[in-house]
Amino acid sequence: MRKKFIMLRESVAMALDNIRNNKVRSFLTLLGIMIGVMAVITLITTVSGVSGTISSSFSSMGVGTLTVSVTGSDLKTGMTPEDLEVISALESVDGVSPTVNLGGRVSYGKNVQTGKTASGKNAYYFQANEDMIVQGRGLTFIDDDNSTYVCVISQDLVDEFFLGVNPIGETIYVSGLPFTIVGRYEEDSGGGVSSIFMGSADVIVPYTTAMKINNSDEVTSFTVYLKEGADSEAAASEIEDAMDKIFDYEDDCFTVASMESIEDTMKNMTTMLSSLLAGIASIALLVGGIGIMNMMLTTVTERTAEIGLKKALGAVPGQIQSQFLLESFLLSMIGGLLGVLFGLALSFILCQVLGTSFVFNGGAILLGVGFSAVVGIIFGWAPARKASRLNPIDALRAA
Amino acid sequence: MTMAEDIFFRMTEIDKIYPLEGEDVHALKKVSLSIDEGEYLSVLGPSGSGKSTLMNIIGCLDTPTSGEYILQGREVEDMDELELAELRNREIGFIFQNSQLLPRLTARKNVELPLVYAGVSPKERRERAEAMLERVGLADRMDHMPNQLSGGQQQRVAIARAMVGNPSILLADEPTGALNQKTGAQIMELFHELNDEKRTVIMITHDLKIASHARRVVHIIDGGISEGGLHDA
Repeated sequence: MRKKFIMLRESVAMALDNIRNNKVRSFLTLLGIMIGVMAVITLITTVSGVSGTISSSFSSMGVGTLTVSVTGSDLKTGMTPEDLEVISALESVDGVSPTVNLGGRVSYGKNVQTGKTASGKNAYYFQANEDMIVQGRGLTFIDDDNSTYVCVISQDLVDEFFLGVNPIGETIYVSGLPFTIVGRYEEDSGGGVSSIFMGSADVIVPYTTAMKINNSDEVTSFTVYLKEGADSEAAASEIEDAMDKIFDYEDDCFTVASMESIEDTMKNMTTMLSSLLAGIASIALLVGGIGIMNMMLTTVTERTAEIGLKKALGAVPGQIQSQFLLESFLLSMIGGLLGVLFGLALSFILCQVLGTSFVFNGGAILLGVGFSAVVGIIFGWAPARKASRLNPIDALRAA
Repeated sequence: MTMAEDIFFRMTEIDKIYPLEGEDVHALKKVSLSIDEGEYLSVLGPSGSGKSTLMNIIGCLDTPTSGEYILQGREVEDMDELELAELRNREIGFIFQNSQLLPRLTARKNVELPLVYAGVSPKERRERAEAMLERVGLADRMDHMPNQLSGGQQQRVAIARAMVGNPSILLADEPTGALNQKTGAQIMELFHELNDEKRTVIMITHDLKIASHARRVVHIIDGGISEGGLHDA
């Protein structure tokens, strides 16, 4: 036992000595492992940071709403305002906000903007999102009922059309028709993600007006706001039942999606993405391992005389093997630890740049270090074995 | 007949055959050799005579094809790799032509090496290595690297390394081959002194002058061995 310990300590010292004595070569070799581990750590940490941010923004906005999109049947292509009333009246539903997209461009005087979107919403939308109006007013039931030509515009559009000018009361043209601006709204700061899924617009007009412009009396997309405390799954099935009735039990006329289900899909996607990326990164580790094997084989050849001498002096094959195995193990571990260090630093910087939260991922570190240990042992095994099997007579002759 | 346990060194009818394509090479033929503790013996022979093969077998680096070899009461011919390694570590002190020091270790660390494989504690290793280096006259060179030492000094380090484990036999292979005449003479002087201290020395050489330093000379020619005076050579 004591003898083994003495030997082990001696082997570690010798291994470190040899790594130190071939600084450049050792560094280049462990660089492969370092980059591999760095990639694994960075990818896992960054992706989990991003997905954490996505799901937290989802839950901040999405709880308590369901999104319904309607494809309709041959007989009935969408929802009429009366159908929407039916949904609104359901037990778990607080209100319904339709979305009617308007084509065409937006202009103010001679200033024409083509990349802007306009959509129709109802008064309830502004009740449900009462914080969004920063100036003037939102739409009212009077606007809905009378299909008035008024609009509420986004802060972005205000910045482009009315820099330094009060926009309220001004007239802009949407799809060639004049609308009077009655309010200005600003999306909350986390709007980047929500706008993708909620379909935000630069100009919001009464949905009844939008339907009139589109020459249609049906709505194909709307958001259902649930009563507080309502279970979204139960609500979804209640809505589905009502919708089935409206569409006369035809199949595939609509889909009801909760934010939770979208969030679940996103989570699955990011998990898949991170394991895919980690898989790609581990190829770098494999390449690094081959680098270690290459260096160890060279080392064994170079040190044939040393191996022969040590055997002549009484070293047994196991001692020779463990010395070389330790060398590749330590080399790989040094690379792995450096990789963890640089990987954490890099993912910290990336999280700052992407504006996501940096989550210290212990599992990723363990994975990186464990991986490099395994790589060091696996790829060091063959060279070490080769060294231990050298015939001392031949090895001495090589001197 | 003497019991094996009491025998210091005895080879009986050793054969060594290297199987090669076509024909086998008969490197040693019925070699018998007995050595007493404290002897100073040289094995003299030209290259290709089987000299190196004999050295490898004496040094337990190789085993004979047939015959009996007893060293310190232990039968070597049937030993496996691990037993041979242990025997080399304990009983044989190798001294090679080009001292074979590890270039990245200090003189003391080089001398300590056999003790590392014997599992001796660092403190004791250091003490014993220092004592041996003092014995060969290198007390002031202990922490020098091999490339900071002259050829003669390197060979002295190698001799200290050979002796540090207190082996039964110092086995020297052309120990002055890489040295100039003056330095070589000093090394031969050292062997004399060590032999006077009752150490057994076996020296393998092709050089008659070097061989003549030994108290007993055996000739090896064409795989066969013959006892003899120097006048035969």
